Amino acid sequence: MADAFTMLKGIKETGKKVVGFYCVYAPQELVLAADALGFALCATKEEAIPDGEKTLPRNFCPLIKSSYGFAVTDKCPYFLYSDIIIGETTCDGKKKMFELMKDFKPVHVMKLPQTYLDDSDKAYWLNEVKILKELLEKELGTEITDDKLKEAIKVLNEERRLMQELSECMKHDPVPMNGQDFLKLMWGRNFVTDRADFAQQIKDITVDMKESIAKGEAAMPQGAKRILVTGVPTGVGSEKVIKIIEDCGAAVVYIENCSGMKQFVTLVDETKPPLEAIAEKYLATPCSCMSPNPIRLENLAKLIEEYQIDGVVDITWQGCHTYNVESRVVKEFLKKNGNTPFLQVETDYSQGDVEQIKTRVQAFLEMMG
Amino acid sequence: MNQILVAGIDAGSSAIKLSLYDGRQMENISCPSGWNPKEQAANLLAAALGAQNADTPAYIVGTGYGRSNLPFVTKAMTEITCHARGASYLLPAAKTVLDIGGQDAKAIRTDDSGKVLDFVMNDKCAAGTGRFLQVMANALGLDVAEIGQLEVGAPNQECTINAMCTVFAESEVIGLVNRGVPREAIIGALYTSIAKRVAAMAAGIQPTSPVAFTGGVARNQALGRELADRLGLTVITHEQAIFAGSIGAALYAWDAVRTK
Repeated sequence: MADAFTMLKGIKETGKKVVGFYCVYAPQELVLAADALGFALCATKEEAIPDGEKTLPRNFCPLIKSSYGFAVTDKCPYFLYSDIIIGETTCDGKKKMFELMKDFKPVHVMKLPQTYLDDSDKAYWLNEVKILKELLEKELGTEITDDKLKEAIKVLNEERRLMQELSECMKHDPVPMNGQDFLKLMWGRNFVTDRADFAQQIKDITVDMKESIAKGEAAMPQGAKRILVTGVPTGVGSEKVIKIIEDCGAAVVYIENCSGMKQFVTLVDETKPPLEAIAEKYLATPCSCMSPNPIRLENLAKLIEEYQIDGVVDITWQGCHTYNVESRVVKEFLKKNGNTPFLQVETDYSQGDVEQIKTRVQAFLEMMG
Repeated sequence: MNQILVAGIDAGSSAIKLSLYDGRQMENISCPSGWNPKEQAANLLAAALGAQNADTPAYIVGTGYGRSNLPFVTKAMTEITCHARGASYLLPAAKTVLDIGGQDAKAIRTDDSGKVLDFVMNDKCAAGTGRFLQVMANALGLDVAEIGQLEVGAPNQECTINAMCTVFAESEVIGLVNRGVPREAIIGALYTSIAKRVAAMAAGIQPTSPVAFTGGVARNQALGRELADRLGLTVITHEQAIFAGSIGAALYAWDAVRTK
């Protein structure tokens, strides 16, 4: 991370503003239209958890404890150099953590409605997006015009299309890339300073992947069980279960969660008034904090078909109540819709349960025959 | 002996179980895992083969926690797959398998051939496992085998163990001992605690009757009755139930040889 510290220090010295966020609910178009750089903040590594536990309850999920531990010790360069942090009320733990965080950092918390289904929820969220826009304008000393928003929508929609095209390559059997490498690519998008450069990288990689497919090169053998991973975010540092699945010989062909493809599958409608279109896209994020959360199920059914999925692995963090409960919903849904084999793995960021998880994953693969 | 012989070895956390199979006869023996399970398993296999005057098995399937650490196995398979198959062999009527081993508990739904349909295992915790019972037995000055032979329950002596954590439950047991609660009553409370935990875990796979109770703890009949109560299902077991894993492994080894 030493490099990121130096890089960010340099960026700040040019007068550029930096906005940090934890969650895919943070509307990145607003940050881009404010001429600021947006970065995802550190939350996926175990090393910060002991510092998080000095303040937070031990039975919180590892993601919250890691977030807070990094933040409070200045060990996350993106947090340290952020002018403002965008938080959100995705769960009670995070909501209360942001209260504590406000003591040492400017944090703006976006208040999510409980569902994305009703018009009143949509209107409420649109207002939240407006509040954020005004706040960013004031705090960053800039004006977020409709033209700038439209431009930002175009740039980020293009990225989403490119990620979708890249993901399409994973429909091939055998897969041209393994799930762990695919995760790293999607992860890279959290720390982009030059968007055109990033778009070009994704284009190049897609070309490479298509070439690999044409040449018959594969990352996993043909016929390897094709696994879709869903559930909590599993970024670099907390990709333990994905690694175990691939170590057991299966191919993770799709990562549906928030550190995976979830944020890329829906575009912002370019024909609608920009702020409204942005609000609409972000609210439709199928997170388990929404009750009920039918879009997640609809997406899973579609993906299982398109990616010829043999089995679904639902990863849940200990202490993440909404994803834990929703695992029951997903299991029942899959049973009734094609009976796709399903495995829930409840874990944290530690390595202590690797062998137990390996046994479960192997048994799951043996069960599929 | 010219006939084909295969083996299944279940290297568990407490005991190593070995099954030798020739298509008709299933020979089962076991020994403690000890501090060097690899050597113990090798010795167990050599002794069993020597006793039968048999050659090296044509195919060996290893299972259990130590499965990837056994150099002489042909193939490693998980204990979940093997237990389901073995339980189905011992108790063909079984629709659900409940296995309580040394350090884990698992509930498996199977089809008629012993194939896994769904399963669930206990998380990072010893509650509801053989280890839990062992720790509590020690706190009562007994070993696991002795605890299984004791009468359960004492008239007018209701008591409960509430802690799920093995360490805290042990403190509770010590507290009860010091209050003069009879050992039989404490043991009854322990069984209730384990059965509640295991039944709650098993609910995730929607178990149906009859439930085959396997693993080292299956010898404990009082616990079996408590499990039946908590599950509201018929629980059946078999005197060889501790060998379900190695028997299943031997049957998969047999399949492999037959399809060669």
